[in-house]
Amino acid sequence: MDELFQSQSFIGYVYPNETVMPWGVLIVIYPYLTGLVAGAFTVSSLYQVFGIKRLRPVAHFALLTSLCLMIFVPTPLLLHLGHPERALNAVLTPHTTSAMAMFGFAAGFYILLLLVETWFVFRPYIVQQAQSRQGPLGLFYRALTLGSYDLSEKAMRHDRGWIFMLAIIGIPGAHGLHGYVGFVFGSLKSREWWSSDLMPPIFLFSAIISGTALLIVLYVLSCWLRRKPVDLSCLKAMAYSLWGFLMFTLLLEGVELASLVYRGREGIDMIMNYISGPAFLPFIVLQLGIGATVPIVILSFVFWRGTTGRALATAILVSAALVMLEVLMMRWNVVIGGQEISKTGKGLLTYALEIFSKEGIVGASCVLAAPFILLLFVVRLFPPWEDASSEAH
Amino acid sequence: MDRIDEDKPLDRRAVIGFLAKAGVGAAAFLCGGAGVANAVLEPAPAGSAAPGGSGPVPGYDWTKHRWGFGVDATRCIGCLRCAVACKQENNVAFDPHHFRTWVERYAYVDGSDKPLIDSQADPANIAAAGRPDNYRFDNRYAEVKVDKAFFVPKLCNHCTRPACVQVCPTGATYKSVDGAVLIDHDYCIGCRYCIQACPYGARFFNEERQVTDKCTWCYHRITKAMMPACVEVCPASARIFGDLNNPHSAISEFIHENRVEVLRPETGNGPNVFYVGIDKEVN
Repeated sequence: MDELFQSQSFIGYVYPNETVMPWGVLIVIYPYLTGLVAGAFTVSSLYQVFGIKRLRPVAHFALLTSLCLMIFVPTPLLLHLGHPERALNAVLTPHTTSAMAMFGFAAGFYILLLLVETWFVFRPYIVQQAQSRQGPLGLFYRALTLGSYDLSEKAMRHDRGWIFMLAIIGIPGAHGLHGYVGFVFGSLKSREWWSSDLMPPIFLFSAIISGTALLIVLYVLSCWLRRKPVDLSCLKAMAYSLWGFLMFTLLLEGVELASLVYRGREGIDMIMNYISGPAFLPFIVLQLGIGATVPIVILSFVFWRGTTGRALATAILVSAALVMLEVLMMRWNVVIGGQEISKTGKGLLTYALEIFSKEGIVGASCVLAAPFILLLFVVRLFPPWEDASSEAH
Repeated sequence: MDRIDEDKPLDRRAVIGFLAKAGVGAAAFLCGGAGVANAVLEPAPAGSAAPGGSGPVPGYDWTKHRWGFGVDATRCIGCLRCAVACKQENNVAFDPHHFRTWVERYAYVDGSDKPLIDSQADPANIAAAGRPDNYRFDNRYAEVKVDKAFFVPKLCNHCTRPACVQVCPTGATYKSVDGAVLIDHDYCIGCRYCIQACPYGARFFNEERQVTDKCTWCYHRITKAMMPACVEVCPASARIFGDLNNPHSAISEFIHENRVEVLRPETGNGPNVFYVGIDKEVN
């Protein structure tokens, strides 16, 4: 049996069955991907619904990013299941009291919504390509038109109405999906580290910052790759949004930690040992320090100084990369951290990260990279950049 | 042990079927078998094993029973026969990471107000056992002054409002009418959410079958009028099992005659394993 599972070392007293951790790094990746979806969609909605015109250069790219990520959201869950072939049981015969059972419906609905909204957004481009291209690609675009070639002003007005409505439905859809992920953890009373009413809003706000940060990184990288100038006005708008939501996130995380410590319920001594010991680097240093406080300081500084040009772009890029680290560490500290503190409240376990196994770091990295590889292809099929397809938008 | 019992239930099932067909009713069989060994439960109400009975076991009517479990920690001697019998009976891997039942040892040494706690899964105890198919507590406290020490057997609490059942996305784990919390291994998707939800650490992942596993109170035995394996082998009568519907059952009398308590009542799960003789540090 030894080769079938990985047991964890421990100190103090832990229940015997706890020495095999139920959830590994794949379950860290899952809420990370979901969060990126919600965050990227938020940026798209800020333009589509709230009319923030400065975000126009990334609005369509944000939608494509959200779609590519969402397609891969179920992957880590399916890889993690003991019987992935039975996964549909949760949808065909859902257990209505289970937070997890609703995932299939929420995810299915949201993927559908993203597909429809993306189709409406890119319909003019699809029609244009369908009419001008030959060969397999022409066939591909003609199939995608679904027989609708009407690009008249009336038809476009109709499309814009649909896009607006779908974006409005998508906001509670994306955020509900991610708030629910927080609920999956926060509603469990078995672990003091998870059992918190603040868990859904913390997941939600961290989702928004991770998606915004991802778009900043991808936008700047894509500008470099395409050898196009970075639209500083757009970048700064995203940075303002990142700064504001990051403040909220850090505040919520601080309040959550403070209430955990202040309540001081059973097992708090072990939790304090955990925070000051094994969790000090991933939680205090990487998540709260380097991942959250440092970008707030950097962004505050460049906004205050009125920095512009390449220095501003670099500062925002670095801050965004740090925020992405913050959110990844937050997912890690919730999922792995929660399991490293024993349910007995009298012991700590150490998660041993595997490399090549089913729940190993290599597999998890591939799952994390997959949506971006898909995105590379998708942006070629549906160029989201103003300069590349200005005639289409 | 599971080999012995693998034969027995088959025989009994055949006998029950025969008796049912003959119109005698299986209750007579249950009553008749009550005195044979301590492995047999107290007489069940007539018709409890009537043909066509409800539940997952043919011929067993789960509406007629309400099972409960008692632990008299003052009687436990930490021999761990229960842990071994459970693994044999239920084909649980003989390693220190998968247990349907286990025993915890609490020792207050040298005036300390905090106990030192270990179980048979502790690496030192595993080393002391010396064999993969056996368990024992080592003699680590031989040289120190022990103020107070005791053993506490643990198992699934088969809660009235089980958190594990609440979170299961497919309903593969469910609360049966007779009180046992069971898992349909052919329907479980192996998401392990129930393992996370259980505050008692009673569930584990069965890597061989890729599903969640836990104590069923030996459901395959109790539905055939036998005691759970751990209860049967306990030489100190520290484990008590029976039907709460029967006021004269061992468990009913245990609860009636003692001031019992449950583990982690604050969770609201409503555990159905009742303890006597545990300490403030036990949870």
